[in-house]
Amino acid sequence: MKRSPTFLIGCVLVALVCAVAVVSLLWLPYDPSDTSGGRLVPPGGAHWLGTDKLGRDLLSRLMVGARIALTVGFGSVLVGGVLGVTAGLLAGFATRWLDDTISAVLDILIAFPTLLLAMLVVAVRQASLGSAVLAIGLAMSAIVARLTRVLVKRVLAQDYITASRTSGTSWPRVVTEHVLPNIWPTLLVNLALQLGLAVLAEASLSYLGLGPPPPNASWGRLLQEAQATVLTAPTGAIAPGVLLVVLVVGVNLVADGFRDLADPTRRRSR
Amino acid sequence: MARYLLRRTAFLLGSLLLAATLLFLLLRLLPGDPANSLLSVGATPEQIAAARHQIGSDRPLPEQFGSWLGGLARFDLGTSFVSTLPVGQEIASRLVVTVPLTLLSFLLAVVVAVPVGFLAAYRADRWYGPLLNGVSQLGIAVPVFWIGMLLVTVFALRLRVLPAGGFPRHEWEDPAAALTSLALPVVTIALVMSASLIRYVRSATVDVLGADYLRTARALGSSFVGAMWRHGLRNAAVPVISILGIELATTFLGAVVVESVFALPGLGGMLVKGIAEHDYPVIQGVLVVSTFAVLVIGFAADLVQRLVDPRLRAHLAGGRP
Repeated sequence: MKRSPTFLIGCVLVALVCAVAVVSLLWLPYDPSDTSGGRLVPPGGAHWLGTDKLGRDLLSRLMVGARIALTVGFGSVLVGGVLGVTAGLLAGFATRWLDDTISAVLDILIAFPTLLLAMLVVAVRQASLGSAVLAIGLAMSAIVARLTRVLVKRVLAQDYITASRTSGTSWPRVVTEHVLPNIWPTLLVNLALQLGLAVLAEASLSYLGLGPPPPNASWGRLLQEAQATVLTAPTGAIAPGVLLVVLVVGVNLVADGFRDLADPTRRRSR
Repeated sequence: MARYLLRRTAFLLGSLLLAATLLFLLLRLLPGDPANSLLSVGATPEQIAAARHQIGSDRPLPEQFGSWLGGLARFDLGTSFVSTLPVGQEIASRLVVTVPLTLLSFLLAVVVAVPVGFLAAYRADRWYGPLLNGVSQLGIAVPVFWIGMLLVTVFALRLRVLPAGGFPRHEWEDPAAALTSLALPVVTIALVMSASLIRYVRSATVDVLGADYLRTARALGSSFVGAMWRHGLRNAAVPVISILGIELATTFLGAVVVESVFALPGLGGMLVKGIAEHDYPVIQGVLVVSTFAVLVIGFAADLVQRLVDPRLRAHLAGGRP
């Protein structure tokens, strides 16, 4: 099947960030919390991207940041996906009364952007990597659940479901054989888009000081720390942002590519 | 219409009640006593009991819930643990910053996004069609606080034409000063918001441009502008209005981050401070007011949509809100 160039570009961008994260597990130029590098050293020489105001190597911190961004991104998509799809399936199959209740709760949760719900979770738990994943995943699950519910309802209204039920298929088998295979392409596209949003939400949380605490060098935290020295050491205020954009653009392009694969009618109109 | 209004209002009130309940439960069911924020580490059991009594966390949950709802009904949001001032008053004073910030950014974003989105669809074959598309693709991937940082660097630190942050002490007494301090935050939010709006306007326009009714109108001798005005605009407006409602709500709440970039004394700053100080009444109050705003905006967007689209009005007899 022929894939669009934008899909390929997206894959390359995401792969690039993943590669940096993997390399950071095996090798780092310096210990990311080592402050012996001299303050605000300009890029070049021993420190390719320079050091921050505490003398920590920026490249090492950026590489660790890639790991955190991907952990929170994929982690919260896992949490949000499992919770959301389960709740959505439940609402899709439920009686009218239960369905209405679940939908009303979802509508209110969705009215809140991810970031605010995440802040609420962080408010009652400690700020940590786990809190960030849980918080963003929970917020995401409402959006996934509502989408799943709509998709499930649409599938359940089809004649082949009635036919399958009449021929004696149990509800659990209807779910695994008809519902899930029919809804997963759309879900996958949405989860990919949510991954990008989760990465941005984590960056915002960290920027506000509510993300994973030090020594976790999240990109949002790096930007916040570099803000005061933006004129003397611009690299520190630019590089983490560029990486964030690279990752999120990559993820969005991949999601667009999935959508074109899942829905052939869109391919010609683009 | 009256029957719809009644049902929609009932739904709004129901959602408000549900939202208040959810917020209360979320904050109480998670571990940790709110009284802890009043105490230092080595507090004696008597001090703990006194603090719990003062806050009311020693009372049974249903009773706490009752008094919190009762307070809400009288627009009483309680008093802050930290400043011991009424939360409602502080929120009101913060809205003076957040509401203008939201509305101005929203207006600017709409003014930018509607023509640009239309052009991106109408001129998809020219060089700038795909370019506009690419720029908006980039715009939705950029963290809003980073745009804020970059704008501050260029316009406040390098060119020194606009303030880097803060808000005049006398607020709106000197409108010009207040507006200049809001200029960069407004542009920051509007840039990010118009990026996603452009995509919606573009796809709504693409749908309309390819529609049979537009071709028919043109075949019957209507000019392109005339046909767009009479038929295209109304049809394209329907999906865009519902998105606008969501975007307005998102802007209001998204101001949280931008307010901290620019050190603006708005609702967002209040929430971040409340979370850092475990000041439950403040967190609860800000979230209740935000939810209320979001739900009311949704209500308004629904109404406007029905005014614009006669099909939705005709559908009123049946359909659920």
